[in-house]
Amino acid sequence: MSIGLFDIMGPITIGPSSSHTAGAVRIGLVCRMLLGDDVKHARITFYGSFADTYHGHGTDKAVIGGLLGFRTDNEKIRESLRLAEFRGLSYEIFTQEDPRLHPNTVVIEASSKDKKVRLQGASVGGGAIRVTEINGMAVQVTFTEDTLILFHRDSPGVLASIAHILSSNGYNIGNLRLSRTRREGDVITVVETDVPVDEATVDQLRSVESVSEAVVIPRF
Amino acid sequence: MDIPSIDYLLDETAKTSQPIWQVVLREEQSDSGQSQEQILDRALHTYEVMKNAAMSGIASDMKSVSGLTGGDAAQYYNHLRNHKSLLGSLEAKAVAYALGTSGYNAAMGVVVACPTAGAAGIVPGVLIAAQEEYGFSDREAVYGLLTASGVGGVVATRATISGAAGGCQAECGTAAAMAAAALTEVMGGSPQQCADAAALALKNTLGLACDPVAGLVEVPCVKRNGVYAVMAVAAADMALAGIRSFVPLDEVIDAMYQIGCAMPACIRETAEGGLAATPTGLAAKRRLF
Repeated sequence: MSIGLFDIMGPITIGPSSSHTAGAVRIGLVCRMLLGDDVKHARITFYGSFADTYHGHGTDKAVIGGLLGFRTDNEKIRESLRLAEFRGLSYEIFTQEDPRLHPNTVVIEASSKDKKVRLQGASVGGGAIRVTEINGMAVQVTFTEDTLILFHRDSPGVLASIAHILSSNGYNIGNLRLSRTRREGDVITVVETDVPVDEATVDQLRSVESVSEAVVIPRF
Repeated sequence: MDIPSIDYLLDETAKTSQPIWQVVLREEQSDSGQSQEQILDRALHTYEVMKNAAMSGIASDMKSVSGLTGGDAAQYYNHLRNHKSLLGSLEAKAVAYALGTSGYNAAMGVVVACPTAGAAGIVPGVLIAAQEEYGFSDREAVYGLLTASGVGGVVATRATISGAAGGCQAECGTAAAMAAAALTEVMGGSPQQCADAAALALKNTLGLACDPVAGLVEVPCVKRNGVYAVMAVAAADMALAGIRSFVPLDEVIDAMYQIGCAMPACIRETAEGGLAATPTGLAAKRRLF
């Protein structure tokens, strides 16, 4: 496994804990990027160590800061609870136990004016994260590579169309992982590319029949 | 960068007659696809953030979110400025800047997690103090950071840098090893001396528990950063004097990991043992939650 230089001397982040603060900001940020719009409401459930210590570590401020679009090094995270009110983001915070989950896990159910997303993520150390569920489907995404997330129906040839569009636009697929609920049901396909996929290509992907949404999350 | 061992780093330095920092820079270049200048610019920015955190920390008596800590760095810096410190100027400044960074971290200031936020004071504390004492440039300081990150990268690959997985030896221990290597590098030590400095520092943190009061990165973390900054200077100084580590750094890292795996969960960041479970620690937790 290779580790980035700036993962060792970094990330640059607001304190006090890379796992309880920086990682939490990043999970919130992923949630916002999946929505692609301002978050209007969020139900945030902390598990394990997050549930025990979220107040002292500012994990609540961190997740909400991420939902507001702040990066880990943004000092406004300290004031994010107040800023949320100001920006029309209402939130509820819950704590729960589930020993099967990683000790630093959060589930965020967020909605914008016309979309909803449910995301489960764990902060696994040093600011690194692993998103383990999107809209009830099991995934494994770390966002250490440029990532493309596609929401589509399970039908023959979709993957071929996606791969064709990516290759004809010059993108190399580093990794691809597909999760489906059932045959002919909803699918989430996570594609890691060597460079972020541009907006024109994303539009092409969106126009594929059975693809309902495509979101690019550059590595961060 | 993809560096499996310190031996690999040392072999590369021997083959190319380059210092560790250049080997690390080359590895990062081939892994990230960025140019060396881009990487160095980003590292310079990282060092700026480190300096800002250390200076903000000594300049304020800002309390942490929980109120458990705050103001130690300012208090210590006054002590130092009044010439009351028992330490030499380098070590005393290293303490001040390490405390400053860690206090700033506890107060939700912006820091560089190096390798983690809980251990963020040690590397900048030592490096900034040495820069003030010896007057090298920011770019030279960044060479020290690169060498430090080579060491930290090997620890993260071979072992762990997470307190939850390996106790505080994995966090403050790794940071002290990184700081010792960085200081040895900027003071003109050889690659072998950098590795020996890191080995000496890491050996002296083996077994260190991660037992934070109330589970917060504050007690004992903030002051521990200050103390381990001094230890890192001592380790670098011994290595620069030519003292070798009897056990080579790769083996020390492996030993650290083995000890981490053998540690009971109660002293691996769960706040259920050690200082967290003392009457004072438990009382603080009850007061807060």
